[in-house]
Amino acid sequence: MTQRTITAALAATAFLGFAFAGHAEPANDTLIIDGSEIITRAAPAAHLDGALTELISGWQFRDTETRAIQMDDFDNPGMIFVDRGIDSWNTADGTDGKSCASCHEGPESMKGLRAVTPRVDAKSGKVMNIESYINDCRTTRMGAEAWGDKAEAMTDMLALISLQSRGELVNVAVDGAAAPIYAQGKEIYYTRYGQLELSCANCHEDNNGNYIRSDHLSQGQTNGFPVYRLKDAKLTSAQGRFVGCVRDTRAETFKIGSDEFNALELYVASRGNGLAVEGVSVRN
Amino acid sequence: MMRQILIGMTVSAFCAGAAVAQVAPEAVAFTEGAVEQSLSGAAGNPEEGKKVFATAGLGNCVACHAAEITKDIPFPGTVGPTLDGAADRWSEAQLRGLVANAKMTFDGTIMPSFYKTSGYIRPGDAYTGKAGTEPLPPVLSAQQVEDVVAYLMTFKE
Ligand code: HEC
Ligand code: HEC
Repeated sequence: MTQRTITAALAATAFLGFAFAGHAEPANDTLIIDGSEIITRAAPAAHLDGALTELISGWQFRDTETRAIQMDDFDNPGMIFVDRGIDSWNTADGTDGKSCASCHEGPESMKGLRAVTPRVDAKSGKVMNIESYINDCRTTRMGAEAWGDKAEAMTDMLALISLQSRGELVNVAVDGAAAPIYAQGKEIYYTRYGQLELSCANCHEDNNGNYIRSDHLSQGQTNGFPVYRLKDAKLTSAQGRFVGCVRDTRAETFKIGSDEFNALELYVASRGNGLAVEGVSVRN
Repeated sequence: MMRQILIGMTVSAFCAGAAVAQVAPEAVAFTEGAVEQSLSGAAGNPEEGKKVFATAGLGNCVACHAAEITKDIPFPGTVGPTLDGAADRWSEAQLRGLVANAKMTFDGTIMPSFYKTSGYIRPGDAYTGKAGTEPLPPVLSAQQVEDVVAYLMTFKE
């Protein structure tokens, strides 16, 4: 072989490597926002029983540009919705003439909530995610109408409340009152739904790091939610994302706020125990 | 006139014959994962098969598989193995079985079954997220399976 053909052969191998096998690994970048590091890789909690060897935030699976947008709150379009959330936090609504601020003072009073929800209310046995708390306040304490699951007012408020816990490590309880809900969510996670017979685990546990067409499969963690999706130009909640994933298996989806999705949200959140709440993240 | 009617009857009998030769999804006979008989009763067209392979609403095989021969189809996935030399490794009957129901060859594989209509958990109405009623239409028609098999038969190294 002449020098020239050797170079050509090497170039060809490099090309094939890129086209077929390359870029499978997620990035190993450090997420720093406003000078503080947000943990995007962590050791799995014991309850995962070795299902994942390392927890990795969805942020690491996105491309360089998308990661950069999330590093700067001025570039992060999700932050605009946080501002709208502040307005609505302070606006009285409903027959009692109250706003969130009437009872809770500033939004910083919500610090820590995002890291421990969904959780099971010991008294009622109900799964409470942030949406359920918001609508509980609206209907029982403000005399206002519940917000729809995908209403902008709802996702704005989710963004504002989540941001208060930015950097805190997800720590969703899986024992006690949560134990049966955790078991139900786990069952759903491993069930192969729809005509394509795919479970959450098929894509996010067995194949994270692989590409499905042009999509780089992540672990499907929820620590980043709500997420600003560049292709939709709006915020999506965790359960909103589940709807899309189940639909893509040619299955009948569950409804947002259903017992099934509440259990699944608790279970999936607990798979991320140890990763940090990102506040409002950016995905493609 | 009589003659024309007779010819007409022969033609419809012929058509009915062709329809019978199609193997219904419930009737596919697998032998160790392989399916000997053409599902449509006709030969496959590799060019149509390439469309099935590449199109998201059809086989969308490229979502999971890459190969040298398919490199003009952008962004192949990496969930499944690369298919270079598939026709050297597998017979036509085996490839037909793999596309119709890969779980007959690879137990529990993530690869979907493309010619199957029932036995699902929460089956949907295609990609609408709404409930579907079994038997569902198979993801690919008998002829589309034959077409993609004919295309796979060109994957030689
Ligand atoms: C057919 C493959 C597939 C299945 C099955 C699937 N997903 Fe996904 N999911 C994707 C793709 C593709 C994305 C976008 C890329 C990414 O973040 O992984 C995604 C994204 C997500 C995200 C967003 C992660 C982030 O950081 O932004 C979550 C959460 C998620 N999926 C949860 C689930 C759950 C829960 C299930 C089961 C109910 C599920 N997925 C089933 C393909 C799938
Ligand atoms: C969701 C992912 C997925 C899709 C979509 C998919 N496959 Fe597969 N396929 C796989 C996996 C994974 C395997 C390997 C079998 C295993 O170990 O599970 C495989 C195996 C194969 C094989 C045998 C591999 C070899 O070369 O030895 C062939 C041939 C094949 N697939 C063809 C197709 C065709 C044609 C289509 C579309 C009509 C298709 N696949 C769609 C995931 C997929």
